Amino acid sequence: MPNDPVLRVEDLTVRFTRRNTNVAAVNGVDFALQAGETLTILGESGSGKSVSLKALMGLLPAYAGVTGKVWLNGQEILGLPATALAKLRGGAVSMIFQEPMAALDPVYTIGEQIAETIVQHEGCDNRTAMKRALGLLEQVKIPSAERRLKNFPHEMSGGMRQRAMIALALACKPSVLLADEPTTALDVTVQIQILLLLRQLQEELGMAIVFVTHDVGAAAEISDRIAVMYAGRFVETGTTRQVMRHPMHPYTQGLLSSTVHGGMRGRALETISGSPPNLAELPPGCAFAPRCRYAADACRQGDIPTVTTETGATARCVRAKEMADA
Amino acid sequence: MSAALELDPRDRGGPAQPLLVVENLKKHFPVRGGLLNRQVATVQAVDDVSFSVRKGETLGIVGESGCGKSTTARLLMRLMEPDAGSVIFDGDPVGDRHGITVNDMRRQMQMVFQDSYSSLNPRMTMAESIAYAPRMHGLGRKSAYDRAENLLSRVGLNPRQYARRYPHELSGGQRQRVNIARALALEPRMVILDEAVAALDKSVEAQVLNLLSDLKQSLNLTYLFISHDLNVVEYMSDRVMVMYLGRVVEAGPVESIYRHPRHPYTRALFASKPTLDPDRRTTEMPLTGDPPNPINPPSGCRFRTRCAFAQPRCAATTPPLAAPFEAAAPTHVVACHIPEAQVYHA
Repeated sequence: MPNDPVLRVEDLTVRFTRRNTNVAAVNGVDFALQAGETLTILGESGSGKSVSLKALMGLLPAYAGVTGKVWLNGQEILGLPATALAKLRGGAVSMIFQEPMAALDPVYTIGEQIAETIVQHEGCDNRTAMKRALGLLEQVKIPSAERRLKNFPHEMSGGMRQRAMIALALACKPSVLLADEPTTALDVTVQIQILLLLRQLQEELGMAIVFVTHDVGAAAEISDRIAVMYAGRFVETGTTRQVMRHPMHPYTQGLLSSTVHGGMRGRALETISGSPPNLAELPPGCAFAPRCRYAADACRQGDIPTVTTETGATARCVRAKEMADA
Repeated sequence: MSAALELDPRDRGGPAQPLLVVENLKKHFPVRGGLLNRQVATVQAVDDVSFSVRKGETLGIVGESGCGKSTTARLLMRLMEPDAGSVIFDGDPVGDRHGITVNDMRRQMQMVFQDSYSSLNPRMTMAESIAYAPRMHGLGRKSAYDRAENLLSRVGLNPRQYARRYPHELSGGQRQRVNIARALALEPRMVILDEAVAALDKSVEAQVLNLLSDLKQSLNLTYLFISHDLNVVEYMSDRVMVMYLGRVVEAGPVESIYRHPRHPYTRALFASKPTLDPDRRTTEMPLTGDPPNPINPPSGCRFRTRCAFAQPRCAATTPPLAAPFEAAAPTHVVACHIPEAQVYHA
């Protein structure tokens, strides 16, 4: 490896235990991210993609059992005391969400919220912070930024709020930006603007991005690498091209073939039968086996090996080699 | 399919008569405010919308949030009273002295909503929910429940397993199947699908889309398919109507619209679609800014504030829906004043 990764995650596991249920939300996730790189975690609802992000930020409730190791710029951050975590959040690592209205404070102006973050982390005076906030709004291409600085969140449109939230997240030049479905709630014409903006900001600032989405289209637009998540595990990883063009895991293949794209009229869609497993009662072996058309006996028992190809793509599948050759 | 249509005893006007004709539909919502709660503005949610749906076809409506596509659906079902305009169902004006009543229309036209959970009564089992409307319409208890079980298996849910379950015991995809079954319980001829797959995961969405195609074939249904997902609309529809801020900006056969979009808005909308190809990523923003607020929209052509081709006459007069400049397909209509704006630069 040429550089040390800015973010490294090893065997991240999250369990929600309450009374008699034990929900295995994330079951051993590993990845490493270089500066300036975008990793997309692609998965459907309940696959554990958002929970993974929240675990990294230490945002999960106390009853969640988070284990594993997470290094941010070489420093281990999992299990840090609350005060140390608060210094990191919004500083070296920050997060943007699907719903900016819920993420922004409705009773403070956009400018006040951004300035507060800067003052908190860098200890400068309010005046300087407000000036920086103005620069940030310009950087995320909010028109008439000076006036918008004094706007409350409800006075802005959806796309504008999303931009304001990005400005807030970038206030202290984080080395890692965690993005939890930031384009899902937006109209298509606005969604593409936000994706292009994120790409451009990444080029300017060199931060690493973990982008979580269920939208294959958004993933293709923004990622360098894609990790496909199912039942709390990365079932396939690779470069965007590898995953989109030559998916190895049957789940990835099914996900791509059931995504409607242009020029598919008149053809029946190839679907994945059944529905995702109950995370409280995961089957032994491969969690996808009950829905998989290639499932063999070996898939239903024991540990499933993760196969790595010569090109560096991985698939957690007993028959990955056959799938790659097929 | 047309042979089957002719045999349908409910068909009154014959296959050539559109199943649904909508003329100059309008709905404006007052915005009240101030000390005396006077009307301070109007949301022109649906403004002078006309279209027709032929028997056995799927008409897709696309547009961004606030363009009036869902309001149109609600007006058609008379979940809201339109301010103006007429709806003619198979030759019969709806709610007119000489036509059919709203109740009769609803027997033949049903709707499936986006939120599968809030559209089911949480205290009714699946069978009860599906059997409710037939029972209200006079079917006996036994036959209504038989019909419900029949419909459950039609939408791919085993009645022995699901008939007695409650909404919270089902997944989103399963609930949406139940909603479809319920919409079919009165044996309607037309179904309005308002973002019916929008809340579903992709793998489940594909299952439901396949189900909708199968049902359409076997039951001779006509669909009004409303969605913000351009790919899904292309996949499902025979004809497409594009809406922007309460008005229709372009309509026509699906191939014609998707291959040769004429309205600058339609083109920008399609250009905003993620490419799904990592080697051909979008590099330029097709449009800047958000759709304007539908409260007091721009005069004339409502897209002019975001349009690169806009000229003074776009502000002065509203462009009518007409055959486009150098039209190839005469069934394709576009609301745009500027011929240059309608030429596609590939």
